[in-house]
Amino acid sequence: MKKRNDVLLQGNEACALGALAAGMRFYAGYPITPSTEIAELLSIELPKVGGIFIQMEDEIASIAAIIGASLAGAKSMTATSGPGFSLMQENLGFAAMAEVPCVVVNVMRGGPSTGMPTRASQGDVMQSRWGTHGDHPAIVLSPGSVLECYTLTVHAFNLSEKYRTPVIVLMDGIMGHMSENIKIPEKLEIINRPKPTVPPIWYRPYDDIPGGEIVPLVPFGEGYRYHVTGLVHDALGFPTLVPDEVNACLKKIIYKIKNNLHDIIRIEKYLLDDADICIVAYGSVARSAREAVNMARQEGIKAGMLRPITLWPFPRFNLEDIGRKVKVFVVPEMNYGQVYGEVLKACHKKVVRVTRVDGELITPDEIMKKIKEVTI
Amino acid sequence: MMRTSETVYKYLRPNKKFPHVWCPGCGIGIVMGALVRAIDKKGLSKDDIVLVSGIGCSGRMSTYLDFNTLHTTHGRALAFAAGIKLARPELTVIVVMGDGDATAIGGNHLIHACRRNIDITALIINNNIYGMTGGQYSPTTPMDKKASTAQYGNIEKPFDICKLVEACGASFVARGTTYRANMLDPLIEKAISRRGFSVVEAMAQCPVQYGRRNIQGGPVDMLQWYRDHAVPVAAFKEIPPGEAGERFPIGVMVDLDEPGYIDRYKEIIKKAGGEV
Repeated sequence: MKKRNDVLLQGNEACALGALAAGMRFYAGYPITPSTEIAELLSIELPKVGGIFIQMEDEIASIAAIIGASLAGAKSMTATSGPGFSLMQENLGFAAMAEVPCVVVNVMRGGPSTGMPTRASQGDVMQSRWGTHGDHPAIVLSPGSVLECYTLTVHAFNLSEKYRTPVIVLMDGIMGHMSENIKIPEKLEIINRPKPTVPPIWYRPYDDIPGGEIVPLVPFGEGYRYHVTGLVHDALGFPTLVPDEVNACLKKIIYKIKNNLHDIIRIEKYLLDDADICIVAYGSVARSAREAVNMARQEGIKAGMLRPITLWPFPRFNLEDIGRKVKVFVVPEMNYGQVYGEVLKACHKKVVRVTRVDGELITPDEIMKKIKEVTI
Repeated sequence: MMRTSETVYKYLRPNKKFPHVWCPGCGIGIVMGALVRAIDKKGLSKDDIVLVSGIGCSGRMSTYLDFNTLHTTHGRALAFAAGIKLARPELTVIVVMGDGDATAIGGNHLIHACRRNIDITALIINNNIYGMTGGQYSPTTPMDKKASTAQYGNIEKPFDICKLVEACGASFVARGTTYRANMLDPLIEKAISRRGFSVVEAMAQCPVQYGRRNIQGGPVDMLQWYRDHAVPVAAFKEIPPGEAGERFPIGVMVDLDEPGYIDRYKEIIKKAGGEV
């Protein structure tokens, strides 16, 4: 019999399996719709591989626990939705400041507040960038298919380990709950935490190395005793208020991302080469947008799509390039225009939006209608 | 017993610029001394100890001691520590918190750490006030006492931390004071030795933010107050109901030595067919 390695999976399940494939061995979470399937599946699978699953008392404790586990050397993850994501913001900033790798999955539901637990939304785009206080780095990935829920979760762990920073996988409720038949990739690049190259006495966990090399984070208990804090710190990790050291600390966490945009940013271009109209869409909405592009092409309208797979850092330079060629941008999204504003900033062209916040998916027809409006 | 100067050089961080942030007369340093002596007596390697702290005056202890140290967000120290302990059970994880840190903002994490009986030692330094932010009342400020946010006297009933953690399932509970510093050493040592979740409440004077406002005199007067009001557990039980006044028990309140969370989780891994 022919061996089949394709399986019917839900987005949430694919995310959980991707995390296991990436080597995640510690999950802490708190139940919340529509992300709970991730926790349920991992509670079964993690003990099988000797990993830890724990249901914490709230989302604050969940993210705290995964940061602790990561400091002890485990690849770690938590998953939640809007209200829980709000609770995680303080410690998300801690992970960014203390440069501790971890992955946070946010399966977006309708907001604000308790909102619509069982309905999808894309309302947390800005929160995923600016939710925690102070200037901080952010890497946010947006899967557009069940397969991508798997592969981008792996990628999230890779980026997190490589850049010593928290990475957010921003799914929407539709992505989390839809099922697709996927072929699980047999070989994916897995980045593990590098080992230190210096003896303990020379180890400076927060050193700013010219050229941007990132100091490996040595797990607790391996003879490298150092201090980790959310306070602004010097190269050794100790609190400081010396302006030069403060500048160095904050600049470093921002520029390790800014100087590596070429490595971090992923986009998908669809029929953009000769396009007059560019649709910018992400997550489940990009699926409707792709269909709308096909419909437009059938009617002879030159439409194309840019899908930011990396939502933050925002692919601003790619948009600038495209903006030189196309006449109009159409931005459909399940919020009142959070990415629309970013597109507006990136290019001096006409930008229109198609928004929906009622929990229903934006249909290809709705996007098509807007395309026709702008072509006339 | 090791000479004090040797202990200082062995356990305090040589590369950290002292002086520390604690005020003259503060009790936290006395508790830190007891913790260091307890660890030294147990003969643990510095590499195998993780010291996690929260925010506030007590939270700064992690900066000064030469272990693997983590200074977390306010109230969340126990949740961070849970992650460390579960991911690397062979490490000894000690959490230092203040009264506000542990029982107000971190109250939820405290009760659940007790309930899970997670294998961590919690050292709660109780000075009955928020010291670092300027003397606001905490969940352990006694009734009628004054604070910068209770200028007419505190009208909230205080927590008894030992009773609280006992009720929530901690398997080792003890209380000491900075007046009897030598009694704190063995209490902390015992707490570290026990399986499951251990709590030591160390009563420590805050002369600047608490004593001064409540006319308790200077640090010496506050220590003398501990001397006069702290009663060993056995003797405290002899006091007729309602006659204890401001007196409180010290010593070991609970010592169950039960299997903790880690042991139970290992069973789960076996059930799932994984390798421990």
